[in-house]
Amino acid sequence: MAKTHVTMKVNGAEVEGLVEPRTLLVHFIRENLMLTGTHIGCETTHCGACTVDIDGMSVKSCTMFAVQAQGSDITTIEGIANADGSLSALQEGFRMMHGLQCGFCTPGMIVRAQRLLTENPSPTEAEIRMGIAGNLCRCTGYQNIVKAIQYAAAKINGVEFQEAAE
Amino acid sequence: MNDMTPTREQREAKLEGMGCKRKRVEDIRFTQGRGNYVDDVKLPGMLHGDFVRSPHAHARVKSINSEEALKVPGVLAVITAETLKTVNLAWMPTLAGDVQMVLADGKVLFQNQEVAFVVATDRYAADDGINKVVVEYEALPPLMDPFKAMDPDAPVLREDLAGKTSGAHGPRKHHNHIFEWVVGDKDLTDAAFRNAEVSIKEMISYHRTHPSPLETCQCVCSFDKIKGELSIWGTFQAPHVIRTVVALIAKIPEHKIHVIAPDIGGGFGNKVGAYPGYICAAVASIVTGKPVKWVEDRIENLTATSFARDYHMTTEIAATKEGKVTGLRVHVLADHGAFDACADPSKWPAGFFNIVTGSYDFPTAHLSVDGVYTNKAPGGVAYRCSFRVTEAAYCIERGMDILAQKLGMDPAELRLKNFIKAEQFPYHSALGWEYDSGDYHTAMRKMMEAVDYAGLRKEQVEKRAAFKRGETREIMGLGVSFFTEIVGAGPSKNCDILGIAMFDSCEIRMHPTGAGIARVGSKSQGQGHETTWAQIIATEIGIPADDIMVEEGNTDTAPYGLGTYGSRSTPVAGAAIAMAARKIKAKAQMIAAYKLEVHEGDLEWDIDGFRVKGLPEKSMSMKDICWAAYNSVAPGMEPGLEAVSYYDPPNMTYPFGAYICVMNIDVDTGVYKVRRFYALDDCGTRINPMIIEGQVHGGLTEAFAIAMGQEIRYDDEGNVVTGSFMDFFIPTAVETPHWETDFTVTPSPHHPIGAKGVGESPNVGGVPAFSNAVNDAFSFLGSTHIQMPHDFWRNWRAAKNLGVFAA
Repeated sequence: MAKTHVTMKVNGAEVEGLVEPRTLLVHFIRENLMLTGTHIGCETTHCGACTVDIDGMSVKSCTMFAVQAQGSDITTIEGIANADGSLSALQEGFRMMHGLQCGFCTPGMIVRAQRLLTENPSPTEAEIRMGIAGNLCRCTGYQNIVKAIQYAAAKINGVEFQEAAE
Repeated sequence: MNDMTPTREQREAKLEGMGCKRKRVEDIRFTQGRGNYVDDVKLPGMLHGDFVRSPHAHARVKSINSEEALKVPGVLAVITAETLKTVNLAWMPTLAGDVQMVLADGKVLFQNQEVAFVVATDRYAADDGINKVVVEYEALPPLMDPFKAMDPDAPVLREDLAGKTSGAHGPRKHHNHIFEWVVGDKDLTDAAFRNAEVSIKEMISYHRTHPSPLETCQCVCSFDKIKGELSIWGTFQAPHVIRTVVALIAKIPEHKIHVIAPDIGGGFGNKVGAYPGYICAAVASIVTGKPVKWVEDRIENLTATSFARDYHMTTEIAATKEGKVTGLRVHVLADHGAFDACADPSKWPAGFFNIVTGSYDFPTAHLSVDGVYTNKAPGGVAYRCSFRVTEAAYCIERGMDILAQKLGMDPAELRLKNFIKAEQFPYHSALGWEYDSGDYHTAMRKMMEAVDYAGLRKEQVEKRAAFKRGETREIMGLGVSFFTEIVGAGPSKNCDILGIAMFDSCEIRMHPTGAGIARVGSKSQGQGHETTWAQIIATEIGIPADDIMVEEGNTDTAPYGLGTYGSRSTPVAGAAIAMAARKIKAKAQMIAAYKLEVHEGDLEWDIDGFRVKGLPEKSMSMKDICWAAYNSVAPGMEPGLEAVSYYDPPNMTYPFGAYICVMNIDVDTGVYKVRRFYALDDCGTRINPMIIEGQVHGGLTEAFAIAMGQEIRYDDEGNVVTGSFMDFFIPTAVETPHWETDFTVTPSPHHPIGAKGVGESPNVGGVPAFSNAVNDAFSFLGSTHIQMPHDFWRNWRAAKNLGVFAA
């Protein structure tokens, strides 16, 4: 099948590649760019393991063609850590609050949570739960993911994180 | 001593040993997208394989034509049963003693069954090839209802078993019968029912569902023709077992098979078995001489690999008028699908379902299980439970509620009246188990106090009265569940897989500078073994957990283990780790004695080293002992500091817990609201409370899913109607309730550190709590038992059937 030349910015770097028109963005990211942190859990846009940030929106990269991302600015989990390589507030929050177990949903969950906190820096618990409803987790029951995001929000906002009473 | 000398508390804290909420070491890589899962493995020249699958539930395969497929650019081979027959792999043995088609051989027996394997240069080309394979089918009548499986005129599913009047587990009564398993004293139990003042009988179904980890099943197989070696990276909960199975069926010497389970994205029982994808990828690699990757998509995962449950349990309890139970009789009709691929220890065709007497002191019990074939996917895996234990817990916990309703007794009071008492442990159950330890009354009362059980019941009475007066359309249910699990399979006297005893193992190697590596036969799929195993070692030998690297999943380096499922890792591998650490400590003591010039008996252990009794300033730290082990051991002693332990547990462990769910249901819409869920778990000694809590949250969420909507459902033609995440209920953060966790600690008396395992308890105890809440809510309207799953529609239908809508 004839291939198309695509260029885009991924985690701050200009990248390019030759893809079939039908190549899914997630496969371009994982197999051409070798950024394997973005995962595939369902291929039907339900689970959110493949979530990346495209031009300021959370997008499930399993149901978008690579050619549709032509010229866009993409952030994947590999672009989330602080510039000095340390864990970002969200990554630290997930670790401190035990917001992950098998780690398979985690990249998509963190990328999604970053967009959520950008749009709403002090979300309520209900807003967090609604905000991550497109990302499925089979291990944690979400409770500690919610705490992880609250932890990160507090850290970003420079306030002390207080765990809600049980 | 100067001021810089750390205090005892500081020395303890530095170890981050058992009981500490140590943060997980795995998370550093997982939060940065640096995990290494199977689909991340990319080898030079790697090909991709994908399946042509059957659209029919039952059909004869008249022909398979691959001609057009082989013309598709990128397609290199199409493997069929005929190809596999040349290497004697068209069929494979199952863990349950049956055989299973790897690729359709003459017939297909369930929808989405594997028919042909297309191998191509990439996954897109493989898919193109699939679309060009032409398969001609002759549809046959499907058998979907297990209750009709043994009708005289039921269609014959397994033609390969024609004339076989017995299977791996004894006589077969019918052409669709797999086994009958009988336990207990029939005469005594029948007598108990004849003499019973009160009895109940109910058919309680536990519907078919699926573990559905977020990462599907997948593998990469790479055969090196020059060396004759096969490397397999795969989503394996039990990598060593896979290696042995491959050696047995592919006739490759076991030392030339390298099985590697890298990071695994959840398992929940789905990744215990061997699937056609693994065999086909291996054969394809041998045929093409290139590495071959096989990755299931979600629909394939839900419809073809390893369902769970599908148990239909006719449950009878006999009791006195005062509510003392006198007998239990259960018959199970077990729907195993097209092949018996149940992942149970070999001698246990219905797993440990004979834990069905639960937490209660039944003087007698009788159990029989009939397994049957239907035109559904094979499997029968332990989805986040020990083998068939969640079915057993659901059966008895629903049964006790139904009995309470008949007696007009409070369900909690009925349970308290019948619990095995603390002083009865070790307790021998009527169906043959020896419960190791428990204190059920304390746990139950703690739960009742924590939630103000009496207050909730009072509120329920008021709400019911208001409902009857027409003031509300909301009904309230309290779902009590008190479960006893049986985990830690298991003792070699009664547990094996394909003849291999179900021990587990650990090898610890301490390096000169006081750091070390521990290799373990278990395999984490998210349980955090890299974190918790190091905590056990830290406490045992006084080396900080941060200085111990834990490695699992590489069969070339890890000692042989039976893997991680059935909550067996802590009871079995955890014990092996403690025992290996104790061997290290014993040698360390000899080294310290030599260095300190005292007798070994003059030394005592002190947090992170040995000191001379009565002379605390004369001591040697474990770190210094590690160094000494490599340069100045006593004459005659071997240098080095390492140990291996293979642990054959003397008994299972029996975690337990008291759960309660408080739920409101709107009868007009069937919409429920979980107001409160409290879970008290007793898993014995607690290694990492943070991880235990996380496990409980996750298990409860899976229990919530199963009880309230998650189901693998077929229509009458054998089509799977819940085959994607659109239809198969996986709760999101929005509908998942808030979980409250609590605990008591009753150590296991036979386990080296007293730990019992916890990962599956919340699923086992959670499902009956949810279902009992729904059933309790409806009970005052005249209902005895409503089958799961309790989704909105079914709740609405239940309300309608109970006549709550005006005509």
